[in-house]
Amino acid sequence: MTFLRFALRRLAEMAATLLAASFLIFGAMYLAPGNPASFLLSGRSASPEAFRAINAQYHLNDPFWQQYLRWLGQVLRGDFGRSIEYRTPVSTLLASRLPSTLLLVAMALALVVVIGLALGWTGAVRGGATDSTILVATTFAVGTPSFVAAVLLQGLFSVKLGWFPSSGTGSGPASMLWHLTLPALALAHYLIGMLARVTRSAMLEVMGHEHVTVARSRGVPERAVIRRHVFRNTLGTVLTMGGLIVSTLLICTVLVETAFSVNGVGQLLDLSTTTKDFPVVQAISLIIVAIFMIVNFLVDLLLPLVDPRVTLGTRGGAV
Amino acid sequence: MTTPAETTLDMRGLRLHLPGAARPVLAGIDLTVAERETVALVGESGSGKSLTSRSVLRLLPPGATTEGVIAVQGEDVLAMNAKRLRHLRTHTAAMIFQDPRAAINPLRRVGDFLTESLRLNADLSDDTAAERAARMLDAVGLGERVLGQYPGQLSGGMLQRVMIASALMGDPALILADEPTTALDVTTQAEVVGLLDDLRERFGTGLLFVTHDLGLAAAISDRVYVMYAGRIAETGPAQAMFERPRHPYTAALLRSTPRLATPQGRLAAIKGQPPSLREELTGCPFAARCAFTTPVCTEELPPHVPVRSEPTRLVACHHSDELADQLAESALHD
Ligand SMILES: Nc1ncnc2c1ncn2[C@@H]1O[C@H](COP(=O)(O)OP(=O)(O)O)[C@@H](O)[C@H]1O
Ligand SMILES: [Mg+2]
Repeated sequence: MTFLRFALRRLAEMAATLLAASFLIFGAMYLAPGNPASFLLSGRSASPEAFRAINAQYHLNDPFWQQYLRWLGQVLRGDFGRSIEYRTPVSTLLASRLPSTLLLVAMALALVVVIGLALGWTGAVRGGATDSTILVATTFAVGTPSFVAAVLLQGLFSVKLGWFPSSGTGSGPASMLWHLTLPALALAHYLIGMLARVTRSAMLEVMGHEHVTVARSRGVPERAVIRRHVFRNTLGTVLTMGGLIVSTLLICTVLVETAFSVNGVGQLLDLSTTTKDFPVVQAISLIIVAIFMIVNFLVDLLLPLVDPRVTLGTRGGAV
Repeated sequence: MTTPAETTLDMRGLRLHLPGAARPVLAGIDLTVAERETVALVGESGSGKSLTSRSVLRLLPPGATTEGVIAVQGEDVLAMNAKRLRHLRTHTAAMIFQDPRAAINPLRRVGDFLTESLRLNADLSDDTAAERAARMLDAVGLGERVLGQYPGQLSGGMLQRVMIASALMGDPALILADEPTTALDVTTQAEVVGLLDDLRERFGTGLLFVTHDLGLAAAISDRVYVMYAGRIAETGPAQAMFERPRHPYTAALLRSTPRLATPQGRLAAIKGQPPSLREELTGCPFAARCAFTTPVCTEELPPHVPVRSEPTRLVACHHSDELADQLAESALHD
């Protein structure tokens, strides 16, 4: 299949999926119990006029289809509407919170890739007690929920040792890095464990292949055998995990930002869900779905570069 | 030029023990390959041919222990340090494997496969290595184009040629070929064998050719070793041995081999199974399957003795002399 046909087909698929996702996201909001107007006005003795005004401003009395199509039309023009809670355009709101989330996810991703691959590699190559230790550690990492990890990290590194702040985002690059270190660890630990295990077992599998023995028999130095013939051959498997890794990061960032009071998009999603700030929740949900699909698209594009046996559009067992 | 120190391969008393086995998998192998000589190692599957040839590169299964000496150009492989061993594998001895598709990393280009060992050991610059790879590809009848291709784009026969080219990259003194044609179709088999023979001549290497095909062994080799259950049953010049086998196992193998001389092409598979590694053996390993077994066979291990009036032949059978005529007859006609 030519690249162009593949790209066009996938783009069409993505558009269709996004449309379906947008419908589900909007529908879920519509069906969710509670009404944003009543939430906004809760605790206040609102006059029926105020109530009506809000309903009119957000078109809450229109039929579902009308509401959905109006929203979709706006979204297609890049307008996610205004936040009910903050009374500002959703895009402004997102833009102000995006830097901390991007930095957090990037830090976590770097940790996952570097530590996950290193642990998997070391376990597979060293074997023995090193491997067992890594297995126990990764089992622990995979089994610990993010919020528990957050509490443990805060207890150890900020309360006890005082090395890192226990909450907040900081301002300026250095301060942000410092503030986001613990959140990034809390966000990454599960995926570090996952990636380490996948890498380890993929490498062990490849080590059993004859071409690895043959490489040794041809005088290729051991380190090069591992790098060029074992690790290299697991890259397809690792890359295929890219979609899972990114989507897990995006979803867990909600928990982690809340736990560490990071003023990012994740925290905003959490707050907006409780306050029934529909336009914000809808926008963030849709963006998460879109990112997930784009990452998978990129993985499919890159896979043939990593494994010449895979042609565009056919994900195969890459070993 | 035939003093032991200059023999290309001189394996003396090689014993190899694997964890969990009741007896050595290789029980004292003596085997030599002289300069430019082609030697065949034949025997049924499981007799230890692969282990024998792989141990020349010290490519041993995990947990294997060895005794004896494997001298390649006078230097004991079993005593080499890691650096010498890499040098041996890069420059002195090279192996061609049975299934080239499994033996070559599918994710790397042919050019990389051919040159990596020389480049990574810093023996050749990238350019020189690439030039040499192109020349070796030419020698095996493949174009330079193949350098940029992936193994998946080549046929099995072409890949085995690539494998042969890679074996020649380091200008080795010895090539070990472990059933190099078994995974190929019949026409390709003949081409590959012919090529291997040509190149051995042209590059002046010794060749240890492992096969279970006696016809092929007879066609290609100067001398033959017949192996059974980790021991050499019989060895000698190919023609003499196959015309007048002196070991009942050799005769049985010949009978089970399709040959032009066999009327009607009647084939007799050898009855029974080779002894399992879990059994200890006293006496001759072939006794349980041999038609001529007597009490001495199950009690005493037959030593290797020279065949009378044919000093280049050795046979390990208690009854070799008495059976000589009978075996010669049976090998041809059954
Ligand atoms: N890696 C290994 N681990 C355990 N046993 C092995 C291994 N390799 C070979 N063997 C055993 O050693 C014996 C000889 O094997 P091999 O040299 O491969 O025979 P051949 O090449 O003649 O078919 C067989 O019984 C086989 O089961
Ligand atoms: Mg074999």
